Amino acid sequence: MSLGSVLLGVLADGPAHGYDLKRAHDARFPAARPLAYGQVYATLGRLQRDGLVEELETRQDAGPERTVYALTDAGREALRHWLGETEQPGPYAADELVRKTITALHTGADSGDFLRRQRAVHLDAMRALTRERSDAAEPGTRIALDHTLAHLDADLRWMEETRERIARDGTTR
Amino acid sequence: MTDTPQSILTAHGVHKSFGRTVALRGAALEVQPGECVAITGPSGSGKSTLLHCLAGVLMPDSGVVTFRGTRLDALGVDERTRLRRSSFGLVLQFGQLVPELSALENVALPLMLEGRRRPDAAAAATQWLERLEVAQLAHTRPTAMSGGEAQRVAIARALVTSPDIVFADEPTGALDTVTGELALDVLVKATRETEAALVLVTHDNRVAAAAEREVVLRDGAIEAAGDGGPGEPT
Repeated sequence: MSLGSVLLGVLADGPAHGYDLKRAHDARFPAARPLAYGQVYATLGRLQRDGLVEELETRQDAGPERTVYALTDAGREALRHWLGETEQPGPYAADELVRKTITALHTGADSGDFLRRQRAVHLDAMRALTRERSDAAEPGTRIALDHTLAHLDADLRWMEETRERIARDGTTR
Repeated sequence: MTDTPQSILTAHGVHKSFGRTVALRGAALEVQPGECVAITGPSGSGKSTLLHCLAGVLMPDSGVVTFRGTRLDALGVDERTRLRRSSFGLVLQFGQLVPELSALENVALPLMLEGRRRPDAAAAATQWLERLEVAQLAHTRPTAMSGGEAQRVAIARALVTSPDIVFADEPTGALDTVTGELALDVLVKATRETEAALVLVTHDNRVAAAAEREVVLRDGAIEAAGDGGPGEPT
């Protein structure tokens, strides 16, 4: 229901058509994959079926026909509910980094070298996001990037601790 | 590792021990003009010792540090002090401001030690305090400042002599995340604007990510760069 809720959140600013919704989503979540139009219209279709949005009007200016959507009272209530609801943490255990490191440990492969190279890759990504963050004008954009940066930072700290642990004990036990 | 002619600072085969504790065993590093390099590594890996050797605060037991082609160990104590005052800026974890002096006096101090007259030094210090948005603290003593404010004043003091290179040891270490981030931003921007090189020692990945390049120190030596990072010169 997450994308639907995000679109309800955009529509809370006022009625909009699909293209506006896509643009607003991509601007709010710069670290996320840009939305495909198909996804936007499929989600709008579901929201409309559930009575959370309604078609306000269909406009045709110079380009193709565009339908403008608006929140219904039920949509507003669903948004309020979603915003207040806590989220399930994680799960993080299935991360490929963890899988690879544990498997390397069991097979006797050199995970220290892998972790050293992975650190450089992670830090490169962090460097790019840090630049993007300092160029970002919108506080919302910075906050969204902070979330990604914090996760990369957590990965890096885990990698460093794991390297130390493996160097000291040669095992995770 | 070969010397590139542009390097402003080089270190080769630097060894340093404190009693029986070996802090550095053959550390090597080159810094280009205007570049921002982060030195990272686990605690006890020798990061701060290396920074102090690079800045000429500590002398290595063996190995060579050069600044603009001049060996620091070839200089006398006075010459080295003069070089540090005129060409190097130093920012430490807790700011290390002189507690008896106001912000303005702290920032003016390096210029007065260089022999500048008091009004000149005060004018330059005022400009730097303004630039770092702490002009209102000019007559405040460090004990009455927040950690973030003191760090801005310390950054102003490090930059007031227009150094060629600034050394920062855990510059955000004593600050909370948001204040630390602001201080780091100020430090990186100010050094970039003055085209000074910046060498940062940090255990904080976010600080390391603000630099253009990272070198990892492990057991007193620089670790080879990973495939994903910038390659180590051979």
